[in-house]
Amino acid sequence: MKVKRRQFLQVAVGASALAALGPHAARQAGAAEWNKVGFQAKAVEQALESLGAAGAVPSKDVIVKAPDIAENGAVVPIEVTSKIPNTRSIAIIADKNPFPLVAIFEFANGAEAYASTRMKMSATSNVRVLARADDKFYTASREVKITIGGCG
Amino acid sequence: MAQPMKIRATMQGESADVKVLISHPMETGQRRNERGELVPAHFITQVTATLNGKAVMSAQWSQAISRNPFLGFKVKGARPGDKVAVSWVDNKGDKSSIETAVAAS
Repeated sequence: MKVKRRQFLQVAVGASALAALGPHAARQAGAAEWNKVGFQAKAVEQALESLGAAGAVPSKDVIVKAPDIAENGAVVPIEVTSKIPNTRSIAIIADKNPFPLVAIFEFANGAEAYASTRMKMSATSNVRVLARADDKFYTASREVKITIGGCG
Repeated sequence: MAQPMKIRATMQGESADVKVLISHPMETGQRRNERGELVPAHFITQVTATLNGKAVMSAQWSQAISRNPFLGFKVKGARPGDKVAVSWVDNKGDKSSIETAVAAS
């Protein structure tokens, strides 16, 4: 019985230690809160404002790889890279989408300032990418022509 | 309701190249079904990735990410055998995660 009680105590102490760790660990994993204002913005300017990126400076070190013409707007491959040192995050905006802000990627602990994904575009439009480094924003954009919109 | 995921991580120079495929409808909330009713929005809002338990990448997504999302990212300083884990949560609170070890190139 005694042994059992000791085991129980150890488990209990361990569990409470974990519980104490829990919220901190979650905070460290650091997912910034979902940018509701930005993602629900219908105008590009609003989306930019939600990011704090209104005054972004054009830069050749922000690289956007996307097709010139995408036949299917439901699946547009896009690759974004920032060569600017200390890039902490990269955001993608498709100007003519009903909700222009597509995604925000944040980097830490050795992750390269790079992301690759596939997105939907409702119409031929400018795609702009915003890289945040040392609290400044840098931007680059390119046009992607869409043959069939991917809104549905 | 966990959905299937696939992950692959391979050394590429000094970095681990991680590729993830997620099964998810990514409904925009703008599509109508056969009966003309709007299909409610259902999409992944957040994706987080860790290397050996340390956060390396976190993403916030809108409904404009394509159905069955693909995500690629790279982590400098990773080594073969390191553990890469990726998890997501959607706007209905569904979630899933997957883990793999970095393979040598």
